[in-house]
Amino acid sequence: MLYNVKDILETTSMITQQNLDVRTITMGISLRDCGHPDMKVCAQKVYDKICQKAENLVKVGEQLELEFGVPIINKRISVTPISMVGESCDSADYVPLAKALDDAGKNVGVNFVGGFSALVDKGYTKGDRNLIASIPEALATTDIVCSSVSVGSTKCGINMDAVKQMGEIVKATAERTKHIDALGCAKLVVFCNAVPDNPFMAGAFHGVTEPETVINVGVSGPGVVKVALEKVRDGNIGEVAEVIKKTAFKITRVGQMVAQEAAKRLNSQFGIIDLSLAPTPAIGDSVARILEEIGLESCGGPGTTATLAMLNDAVKKGGLMASSYVGGLSGAFIPVSEDEGMIAAVEKGSLSLEKLEAMTCVCSVGLDMIAIPGDTSAATISAIIADEAAIGMINNKTTAVRVIPVPGKVVGDRVEFGGLLGYAPIIPVSTFSAEKFISRGGRIPAPVRSLTN
Amino acid sequence: MKIVLTIVGMDKVGIIAKVSNALAGMNINIININQNIMQGFFNMVLIAEMSEESAPLAVAKETMTKLGEEIGVEIRLQSEEIFTAMHRI
Repeated sequence: MLYNVKDILETTSMITQQNLDVRTITMGISLRDCGHPDMKVCAQKVYDKICQKAENLVKVGEQLELEFGVPIINKRISVTPISMVGESCDSADYVPLAKALDDAGKNVGVNFVGGFSALVDKGYTKGDRNLIASIPEALATTDIVCSSVSVGSTKCGINMDAVKQMGEIVKATAERTKHIDALGCAKLVVFCNAVPDNPFMAGAFHGVTEPETVINVGVSGPGVVKVALEKVRDGNIGEVAEVIKKTAFKITRVGQMVAQEAAKRLNSQFGIIDLSLAPTPAIGDSVARILEEIGLESCGGPGTTATLAMLNDAVKKGGLMASSYVGGLSGAFIPVSEDEGMIAAVEKGSLSLEKLEAMTCVCSVGLDMIAIPGDTSAATISAIIADEAAIGMINNKTTAVRVIPVPGKVVGDRVEFGGLLGYAPIIPVSTFSAEKFISRGGRIPAPVRSLTN
Repeated sequence: MKIVLTIVGMDKVGIIAKVSNALAGMNINIININQNIMQGFFNMVLIAEMSEESAPLAVAKETMTKLGEEIGVEIRLQSEEIFTAMHRI
């Protein structure tokens, strides 16, 4: 017997019943050779290069899906931060570059293009300023372009001028896309310790340390972990961690196989596997439900941070051995609107913004896909960004904020984003002001890396 | 290349006959069959060898999916690699 029948049926049921899938094959493409003083020429070069390099991305993704029998949900592209690509243009308006990304992405048939980005951990260049100012218009006039801005890092501290500005940009983006419930904000993320090889959106960009093209893969499988844990309901927490590890190993092996084969067929370098448990709004594909399976009445209650820390660590331990190169964000994601169990927990009142913030201390990747009241001020959003960035800076990890202040909506309302982005109840935000703190600007100095209590 | 077929559904007469007949028609050689009936459900794992020249994987997969619909069972056909990846270190 070549295989154990039990193994084969286990794999088949992971795919058919437990939502095991490869979340994304993301092709990173360097656009460093696309700069030009004339914006039109620059945009054309961007369009041409993406169309050429990613020509077969979707076709190869579909081939692999067919051969291996595992769904590959998204095919995506990440590019060099556009602030660098546009830097040598004479024009200060970078919206044409966003349109070039949008057109190129649609032409090759991918789901998203990430990289309308700027890295301003310590300060702005001319290109960074232009890019950030162009974000609201760019996100309002394109469909599949995603934007990210890194405002701090453990090495550089936090750029509070950028934090202040990003609060305003989030508000402006919400206003500019208010006819579609501020959907633009779902495509905008603010980072601390941004990573150069993240395959997940909205935060993917092709970092400056990356090769010409690269294939990064993100796996999924909260449903598989949940079902595996149903078999150890009487086990102690060590046994639970062990089951998660073994399951993460199996899930990651699928990603590794897909990534290697995709890289080979696309004549590209295999970059990394992102060891993340990425949920979807579908029933049986939720990270919150895993925590509840471990023994919480509802996600967000006491014990949530501890169970999440264990889960996140066990996923990494299992995944590390399964893949030759691990990178990206690598951690359990806790996006609210994209996780059926998280949505239920918010609706039940067990999960608050403050608890979500605590959870981000022990897992990837931050306050993600959280709908907040439309009257939340720019300064409050900036302060939320600052808090989250501080957690990332001090703990030497990636953190991010992707909040959606939905114009006209208040606590108790609900917004629908559709597809993988899901839906979300509006979550209450503290109304105490941080106006003075945010208006100071400047930089939070880089933290000490010793005496770490 | 080696492929794995998993066939699951309500038991009835002639499932194996029809499946092996369809595989033979595409020049796909059966290496191993493991089949049982559990609580009226037919479960089968079939491992076979095929060459892309005699039938491309996409065609074989579609043929078997259609056959499954005709018989009233679910037939999945995929390359063996996913099982190797997941269950062999």
